[in-house]
Amino acid sequence: MSHNLAEKVLQAHTDEEITRAGQIVTCRVSLVLANDITAPLAIKSFKGMGATKVFDRDKVALVCDHFTPNKDIDSAEQVKVVREFAREMGVTHYYEGGDCGVEHALLPELGLVGPKDIVVGADSHTCTYGGLGAFATGMGSTDIAGALALGETWFKVPPTIRVEYDGVLEPFVGAKDLILALIGRLGVSGALYRALEFGGPVIDNLSIEGRMTMANMAIEAGGKVGLFPADAKTLAYCAAHGRTGDKALKADPGAVYEQELSLSVTGMSPQVACPHLPDNVRPVDELKNLRVDQAVIGSCTNGRIEDLREAAAVLKGRKAHKNVRLIILPATPKIWRQAMEEGLFSIFLDAGAVVGPPTCGPCLGGHMGILAGGERCISTTNRNFRGRMGSLQSEVYLASPAVAAASAVAGEIMHPGKL
Amino acid sequence: MLVTGKVHKVGAHIDTDAIIPARFLVTTDSEVLGANCMEGLEPGWVKRVQKNDILVADENFGCGSSREHAPIAILGAGIPVVVAKSFARIFYRNAYNMGLVLLEVGDDAGKLHDGDKLEVDLDAGQIKNLTTGETIVCAPVPQSMQDLLDAGGLVPYVKKRLAEKQ
Repeated sequence: MSHNLAEKVLQAHTDEEITRAGQIVTCRVSLVLANDITAPLAIKSFKGMGATKVFDRDKVALVCDHFTPNKDIDSAEQVKVVREFAREMGVTHYYEGGDCGVEHALLPELGLVGPKDIVVGADSHTCTYGGLGAFATGMGSTDIAGALALGETWFKVPPTIRVEYDGVLEPFVGAKDLILALIGRLGVSGALYRALEFGGPVIDNLSIEGRMTMANMAIEAGGKVGLFPADAKTLAYCAAHGRTGDKALKADPGAVYEQELSLSVTGMSPQVACPHLPDNVRPVDELKNLRVDQAVIGSCTNGRIEDLREAAAVLKGRKAHKNVRLIILPATPKIWRQAMEEGLFSIFLDAGAVVGPPTCGPCLGGHMGILAGGERCISTTNRNFRGRMGSLQSEVYLASPAVAAASAVAGEIMHPGKL
Repeated sequence: MLVTGKVHKVGAHIDTDAIIPARFLVTTDSEVLGANCMEGLEPGWVKRVQKNDILVADENFGCGSSREHAPIAILGAGIPVVVAKSFARIFYRNAYNMGLVLLEVGDDAGKLHDGDKLEVDLDAGQIKNLTTGETIVCAPVPQSMQDLLDAGGLVPYVKKRLAEKQ
């Protein structure tokens, strides 16, 4: 039968025949991921299961990226648990310190994820790898423990919402705006239990980094996965990151979709998600006199080299407003080095930015940029729930790197074209 | 199994940062997490909860991060069951894996009010509102979830599978 992208990838990993959405299937997984917050619980469950070894030590990634460099004694203890487990199990892909980056930027860069893979991670933004054509989804620690032990897990085949983007992108409008606009339209539960499948000429022209930015936020509409076809661009990206044997992937003609949407991007402004939900989206031009205390550029959503270049293009020759703390966190060591070698750090430092290490840090209110009561932050991250970045009385606005950079300069939320 | 307790009502899209803010994720201890349950919604919220009380929510309860600390915090606070209009996906799996029972009741969630006393029959999937006298019948727990519950959660389930493999 004809399969959409989600069904096609699931089918490649199970012996059961996939015939309809809602069917429960057990699939073999290509990679299992956990981080310094979720791995300790997974390890506890893993041991409770009586498991003594991971299903395949080359197919497990443990990335200590959330509260690292360890922010306090308790986080150091948690990382220690993960480190010792990684050693005990002989896990090949264990990262902390100088080889560690934000997990969803790091794994694609290391060539650990690719088209037609099934990736399960104890982190909700695991859906990022959908940008490469992987069925990638977040789960809790105990589900991940089961996958670590068995190398398989169960899935309910999700109904798919197909989203086509057409038209011509305006200056300063990109992947982040495309996904925010969609979340604004669908709502934070609009894709609950569903797969999102992206396509159309705008998507064909989008970079792999941009596709990952979009896939990353599928979960913010409640989605299980955000899937892109794997085209020549995907294959070139995978080859450049050391992978071999990947093949193109697209939905079958006649595949079934629960819903088909189309969004025209022509004339679309940069989008901003206002407090306190990612679906509270408005065009940047409508936001007036919103002074900001902090701007954060980084994270698994927008901490890649392309994002840093976008921010640098706005910041070049400009300074952050004296009332704004500008924090820039390149997402991986490789991106960090590349930004340094391209001269982006000079631009950032001249603008008065703090350039920090790769870490999830402020995105989840962990460390390195926590907000006090009454403060407002413009951020390239993915969630603006109340209290997400600190005080319950603080506010987070989500936007692209260009808008975050422009807002840092203006001292208020600003369209980059209006600086 | 019968659970009798008082309703604590919360709104729509209660995210896992509200259920247990990230600053508490430096532990896996259920008592510590339970003592801080809903701290991101309202500081000191958990003080109102007595053992076997019931959380009632609007749509998309548990959206956001994959942190299993969220169902652990709810259980740790003494709440054995959450009734909601709908649940977020990752939270749904996590809750069953941890042994927290979820009852999805759609618009009937509106018939339950803060402070109502409920008697929940988990086997029959029936909620009796002792305050208003109304009864809500829930959709049956899906078979795959029931299998997990019958096995005592995912941990014993995988334990059994591993033993079979050897």
